Amino acid sequence: MNAQLVNEISIFVLAVFLGFEVISKVPTILHTPLMSGSNAIHGVILVGAMVILTEASGPLEITVGFVAVVLATINMVGGYVVTDRMLEMFKSRNPKGGARS
Amino acid sequence: MHLASWIVLLYLLAAVLFIVGLHQLSSPKHARSGNLVAALGAVIAVLATIFVLHHQLLNIVLMVVAIVIAAPIGAVAARAVKMTAMPQMVATFNGVGGGAAALVAVVEFLRVPTGSTISLVVSISVVFAVVIGAVSFAGSTIAFTKLQEMMRGTPITYPGQQPVNALVAAAIVAFGVLVVVSGIGVLGLWLLLLLALVLGVAFVLPIGGADMPVVISLLNAFTGLAVAGDGFVVGNPVLIVGGTLVGASGTFLTKMMSDAMGRSLGNLLFGAFGKIQVGPEAGPAGAKSVRAGSAEDIGTLLAYSQRVIIVPGYGLAVAQAQHVARELADVLEKRGVTVDYAIHPVAGRMPGHMNVLLAEANVPYEQLKDMEEINDAFKSTDVALVVGANDVVNPAARNSPGSPIYGMPILNADEAKNIVFMKRSMRPGFAGIDNELLYDPKTIMLFGDAKDSLTKLVAAVKAA
Repeated sequence: MNAQLVNEISIFVLAVFLGFEVISKVPTILHTPLMSGSNAIHGVILVGAMVILTEASGPLEITVGFVAVVLATINMVGGYVVTDRMLEMFKSRNPKGGARS
Repeated sequence: MHLASWIVLLYLLAAVLFIVGLHQLSSPKHARSGNLVAALGAVIAVLATIFVLHHQLLNIVLMVVAIVIAAPIGAVAARAVKMTAMPQMVATFNGVGGGAAALVAVVEFLRVPTGSTISLVVSISVVFAVVIGAVSFAGSTIAFTKLQEMMRGTPITYPGQQPVNALVAAAIVAFGVLVVVSGIGVLGLWLLLLLALVLGVAFVLPIGGADMPVVISLLNAFTGLAVAGDGFVVGNPVLIVGGTLVGASGTFLTKMMSDAMGRSLGNLLFGAFGKIQVGPEAGPAGAKSVRAGSAEDIGTLLAYSQRVIIVPGYGLAVAQAQHVARELADVLEKRGVTVDYAIHPVAGRMPGHMNVLLAEANVPYEQLKDMEEINDAFKSTDVALVVGANDVVNPAARNSPGSPIYGMPILNADEAKNIVFMKRSMRPGFAGIDNELLYDPKTIMLFGDAKDSLTKLVAAVKAA
């Protein structure tokens, strides 16, 4: 086992515990936005898709890599935008936020 | 992949922003900024990645083209989607993420020169990411078609379903091990991908439409894990952190969501198996009669009530009736009637969905009451006005152990002195089960589109 792998496994294990701890006692009304927000966070797969597309050679690898970048971008961009739209609604009933209409 | 230390530090910054963002997303006050913080983390991660890309001009051009095509698609879809269709949208974004995660692992595997071996950890991670990503993609697609009502929402079951699914899962494990140990090669991986797609479909088919939000949440956690697997495949720490965070928090969130429905996750996912024969409740369904009322009668009833509780459901949302509902509440309050909204945790299509829709209609926050808060008040309520809701007030959840929704906490609308049901037809609710409350002598039906009916009620109350 090389040093990089040991590092990666450490990061992974710590992130598991962090993931469980970081959200706690979420009110029901936030379940959907939270799901949507974490859905956007895994859009970071775009980073992986970018790397593999630029490393790809041959039509098959390039095509698959291209599709991966397209899908990952939709996940990332769409994910954050749709979450923001949901949460925008919550803000509109906040009196000091200057309720619209 | 060897990364320069400053890039690793930028990835660390991105990871910290993900963690802070996720934490803020779980509190109502900071949720919106939390999402933006996480988005900033994503931007930093992408920008840092530009400096680790291989300098192959053609591929870089293609990459830019792909992003330029896809980014507006995602943004426009997310902007244009109706609030009622939000759950499908989230399912879609999750599915494409899972698909991307599977494909990243596929390309990395294709790149291995034939004859050479890759490290055990990498090959295990490839298999893991391909399988989990593909299950998430296929499962999300089915969840989408069920929510979009392109497919019936009721559980789809057939004899031998459970053994067949178990067989597919076993085949996946067997092929996975083969691919890892014997280097069976690319063909084995494609086969594995195919089997995982089949499993994703087979896994979601027997789950009822009303339980889809929990399924999407679970598949969201799956995609996170697949992304983390890819992190090991390409040796990228930000993928490992981002993916694992979603995998762990998503699992936790899935449990919270099924708890809110009063169900165990196991019952929810596999509940349809083995009790296929429950079917419609035994009894002479045709013999039961319902009482239908006119808008005028019901308007008068409402106008001379002390206390009215509105129980909104998905039907209110599809009819875009939230604004008229607000109008009715206003007219009633002017006459001195106390009006509250009883919000079931899973009213609408997802937890919190109804709050969003009513907030959109500027319904004051104080009038939205949680189930625990209002359930005892139904006893002293003159009229429970059920607008387009069904399963969340179905007493079968309390009384009939055979029912698919048995055990789900419900709103005690049946305890009110009068119950007014506004429905388009006698069609059962999303869970596909009959509601005995419709036949209760205290119940008056008002058939028609929720928006039209509410408009008529507003006029009737004004005239009363």
